[in-house]
Amino acid sequence: MEPFVEEIIKCGGGVFGDEHMETLLECVQCGKCTGGCPSGRITALRTRKLFRMAQEGMVEEIFEAPELWYCTTCYTCYERCPKGVKCTDIIRVIRNLAAKEGHMSVPHRKIGVYALKTGHGVPIGPDQMKIRESIGLAAQPPTTQKYKEQLEEFQKICKEAGFDKLIDFDWAKMDLKEEEKKK
Amino acid sequence: MSEEKKEYAYFLGCITPNRYPGIEVAAKKVFDKFGIVSREMEGASCCPAPGVFGSFDLYTWLPIAARNLAIAEEMGLEIYVTCNGCYGSLQEADHALKENKKLREQVNVILGKVGREYKGTTKVHHSIGLLHDQIGMDRLKEQVKKPMKGVNVAIHYGCHFLKPREVRGHGSSETPVVIEDIVAATGAKEIMYKDKLMCCGAGGGVRTADTPTALEWTRQKLVSMIEMGADCVIHPCAFCHLQLDRGQEEINKIFATTFNFPVLHVMQFVGLSMGLSAKEMALDQQFTKIPDKLIK
Repeated sequence: MEPFVEEIIKCGGGVFGDEHMETLLECVQCGKCTGGCPSGRITALRTRKLFRMAQEGMVEEIFEAPELWYCTTCYTCYERCPKGVKCTDIIRVIRNLAAKEGHMSVPHRKIGVYALKTGHGVPIGPDQMKIRESIGLAAQPPTTQKYKEQLEEFQKICKEAGFDKLIDFDWAKMDLKEEEKKK
Repeated sequence: MSEEKKEYAYFLGCITPNRYPGIEVAAKKVFDKFGIVSREMEGASCCPAPGVFGSFDLYTWLPIAARNLAIAEEMGLEIYVTCNGCYGSLQEADHALKENKKLREQVNVILGKVGREYKGTTKVHHSIGLLHDQIGMDRLKEQVKKPMKGVNVAIHYGCHFLKPREVRGHGSSETPVVIEDIVAATGAKEIMYKDKLMCCGAGGGVRTADTPTALEWTRQKLVSMIEMGADCVIHPCAFCHLQLDRGQEEINKIFATTFNFPVLHVMQFVGLSMGLSAKEMALDQQFTKIPDKLIK
């Protein structure tokens, strides 16, 4: 088996099960995924092409392709694939492997920064606190961002999982070490 | 269909409490009218977003989601959410952990370091799933005090409420009936439009990395709804809400358009039909204005 396909199965198999990931091998290039892909209408994303490239082990080409990140994970292809290929999950796993190799955009890494700082991908701001109070809610919801010890739990889990290293996070700066991560 | 409970842990996530808290009020007040209490989950975090954090690292995504599930387990309650992203993440994580013993053990090693444990004793619901399947349309109809007669509604499902079907369990993802039934129960009329089941364009990190592309997608959908004479769009997802409401302000800037098309979460729309005011659900603090037709 192509080593890249093995890698995809191994990485995704741990969460979804190997069988789920092995469906990548079933792709016969019918193109139903691409025909129904809402992203493909306005972007260069061609799921069929991506999967052929994966089967062929064209790792660098896939990792360098900006369209890899134009899937919104809408699952239309996943539901419609006549061969039962678990398209969306395979795309997420390929993205995981790309991210590990440093192929991750600055805006994406910054979402990670918000999460590590507050426990939220979309944290609260002063304007929203005012809206909350105007409709009878507490200014701060009782979530991670409100409690230091809860946030520390969240941060510890991220450290254990290596997420801080993945996005190149600097704990002293509480921001990215460098904007442009070396590839 | 499981038995209706009287109390649920309300998983807030990020966008509902931090951007559109009117959705939070709507969910709590609507459920309150049916005798369901919403309990707050102290210390819950980002779900974390399935298409974003799931795309970066599934092995970070999973223990964070499991920690959120564990908080509800400690409360002894099942969860409901008002965002498809939260639904996607928490239900998918719960599904994966219940299916896979080895994975559960792995995740619990990490959770153990912060004094938590995932046991598999909770269940994840979507607010509109609870409304449709457990409260039911007959009881909803009884509570409709201001029928939405004459209101034409465009339904937008978003992605992770229906799909993947094998995990969600709300029936067909091509011909769904959940929001359709709710619209009918309020007395409103659904209008059909091109690409009804298409995603809003924001998910999977696309909005974050390339906002104009995500907005072009949304723009096309809005045009299709407006062309068919819709008075508003209703949807079950806080993230879609952000993209559809604030997105119109951004679209107007980028594309020099003048969109001002009303956007309501299903719980806000149902709230209006049950007599809640637009003001108490912060509908007057959104970018798009709610027309008199909906709040008369």
